[in-house]
Amino acid sequence: MSTTSEVALATAPLPARERPPAGVVGPVAWGRHNLFGSIGSSVVTIVLGVLIFYFFWRFLSWGLIHAVWSVPVAANPLETAIPCRQVQGVGACWAVIGDKWRFILFGRYPYDMQWRPGLCVLLFIGLYVISAMRRFWRKELLYIWIATLVVIAVLMWGGVLGMEYVAQDQWGGLPITLILSTFGLAFAFPLAVLVALGRRSTQLPAVKFLCVGYVELIRGVPLISLLFMASVMFPLFMPEGLNPDKLLRAQVAIILFAGAYLAEVIRGGLQALPKGQYEAADALGLSYGQKTAKIILPQALRLVIPPLVNTFMGFFQDTSLVLIIGILDLLTAGKTAMADPTWTGFSTEIYIVLAVIYFVFCYAMSSYSRGLERQFRRAHNR
Amino acid sequence: MSGTAADPRLLPTRQAPRRRLQLSWSDPRFRNIVWQLLVLAIVLGILWYLVSTTRHNLAARNIATGFGFLDSTSGIPIGETLIPYTSGASTYARALLEGILNTLKVAVVGVILATILGTLIGVGRLSPNWLLARLTAIYVEVLRDIPVLLQLLFWYVLLQGLPAPRQSLRLGSAVFLSNRGIKVPLLNWETAHSLALLAFAVAIVLSVLWARHAHRRQDTTGEAPPVLPVVLGLLIGLPVIVWAVFGAPLTFDMPALHGFNFTGGGTITPEYGALLIGLVIYTSAYIAEIVRSGIQAVPTGQWEAAQALGLHRGRTLRLVVLPQALRVIIPPMTSQYLNLTKNSSLAVAIGYQDIVSIAGTILNQTGQAIEGIAIIMAVYLTISLSISLFMNWYNAHIALVGR
Repeated sequence: MSTTSEVALATAPLPARERPPAGVVGPVAWGRHNLFGSIGSSVVTIVLGVLIFYFFWRFLSWGLIHAVWSVPVAANPLETAIPCRQVQGVGACWAVIGDKWRFILFGRYPYDMQWRPGLCVLLFIGLYVISAMRRFWRKELLYIWIATLVVIAVLMWGGVLGMEYVAQDQWGGLPITLILSTFGLAFAFPLAVLVALGRRSTQLPAVKFLCVGYVELIRGVPLISLLFMASVMFPLFMPEGLNPDKLLRAQVAIILFAGAYLAEVIRGGLQALPKGQYEAADALGLSYGQKTAKIILPQALRLVIPPLVNTFMGFFQDTSLVLIIGILDLLTAGKTAMADPTWTGFSTEIYIVLAVIYFVFCYAMSSYSRGLERQFRRAHNR
Repeated sequence: MSGTAADPRLLPTRQAPRRRLQLSWSDPRFRNIVWQLLVLAIVLGILWYLVSTTRHNLAARNIATGFGFLDSTSGIPIGETLIPYTSGASTYARALLEGILNTLKVAVVGVILATILGTLIGVGRLSPNWLLARLTAIYVEVLRDIPVLLQLLFWYVLLQGLPAPRQSLRLGSAVFLSNRGIKVPLLNWETAHSLALLAFAVAIVLSVLWARHAHRRQDTTGEAPPVLPVVLGLLIGLPVIVWAVFGAPLTFDMPALHGFNFTGGGTITPEYGALLIGLVIYTSAYIAEIVRSGIQAVPTGQWEAAQALGLHRGRTLRLVVLPQALRVIIPPMTSQYLNLTKNSSLAVAIGYQDIVSIAGTILNQTGQAIEGIAIIMAVYLTISLSISLFMNWYNAHIALVGR
């Protein structure tokens, strides 16, 4: 009996698919649900809408409609900016960027050799992109990093392969920011792994004590105090005649600083690893070194890649603090450009451009880390 | 009878037999000791080397070590002071104290404001209103991706770009915005106000006692005495009554334009204003994320269960959701408070005289580099430790009690 009705159902023509009622789908329904869901929501939408429109319009009018994009070069450099001064407060002066962008990006690097730091910036970006691809997460990545960093050092210094030698005090701008953060990460990472392992060790109380002391001391003080230390105290530490330059001293301070924070991130990964992994490795009779290198670290480090990327983003921003000890990084180069008497009073434009550069790098990192976290969670829940 | 004596639960716990330490590489304990001695020797060796070269260098440069310089008079002019200080008459120690107070002034106000703003933004991100949720999401993302130092410098330029005092912007009749800072009216402080403040403190104590009493009453009898109206009445009523009894004085010191500058009133300097705005806005973006994830961490079932018990929305939030969300929120919030405090050291870049700025000036004037940096580090370590201890205590206070 049931078979006949099933057959009837199966052979009956499908009813024409009906559109849902107009009040449920479509932009109007979406708006009613998400923008005007209640009286409070409607008020918020209207107030915010008006504010957004107002400020967007103000910004558009200042930054686009009334903006000055370029100015003719006047004989007297102080008169160059006159077309800009005429619209000051009403329109933006993007001409200052047109005039100063090479200085902001590359500092006092000899003008006709600025392709070298430019190439370095591209190499850094390439290095980040390759490190971000999971296909390259194996031992070869280490060699790629070493090779790229060596090439970058050669390009910046020169002195070989027909490239002229450029002293380090002429470097500046974006490459400095990238050098400080990337070399900082490259050297802080091994340090951080050792410290994290030391802090976890139950068998070696003295080592644990040292690691805890280091991490807590560094994390308790601001980076500025470390940078001050690097700029005024390191010369006292070093034997006479050996006086490392300012950049190297700041780099050491950043490595020490980054090491403590990375160590905490890695320790999180070590703790998140199930105890069974440690016990299984012990049961196999692996030595401490084998256990750590082959079982624990590969899994723990993988777990902490998203927070590591976030921490790296933090260091990338924190390198801007070298402004205070007078190293010409991106932010300092921008501030120096503002001090040019030709262009005084146009700092807002330069700050906006600097903010955009920092934002592009950091946004790429943070959205990458978010995407990775989502992938990991999916893989974990499967 | 002998059966009870043989009960293994009554025997002392058995321990693994202690083996004698063997001086051989195959004994793990021996290995551990060797490794630790090695590490300690390396660390101490480096330290000894640094100390000896430093002493040599200091001797070569004729720099005397020690904190004796703290008692000599400082010639550092300090713009913002909370306690009396005169450049050229007060000591370096006094100048440092002034710096510490300035740091605390930014940190305390900043933490409070950032918490309020961050909570609002974080709740806004969860709003069903699409526009509000998107806008707050953009706020969080943009502010987190721009270095805080750049933001501070930007705010400072904005505040300095305000018109001169004579063309200052006015908010109402008594607040002036100019490139000299924000001028606000100040209350003329009298005895009645101090007494009202005292009454407020008493009201807090009474409120806590009343809340405890009400809680105990509810536990024993089941009826809940009113808490909120009584507490509000105490907190507002008691100070107002005391103030009224002592003559209700209410006069203000109004800022007024005289010539090229203002007289009277209180000032929020551009340096302090920029530092505060920058730190609060930057930190609020992080706090918003913490608040959002904290609220999202509470399972929907908790809301539904509370509803099923007949609790209305306010009580659900206060009694069920928030206590659970707080547990997730407190630890990362602590590190944000610490970050804000540490970031306040960026004051040195915009000329606000906090501890780093003043210690840095002292360091330049006296050449006492090691002492100056030691002081900075000691101050921040103390502040960090205090915040950590307090937040750990609070965290333990609200932690889930395992049964």
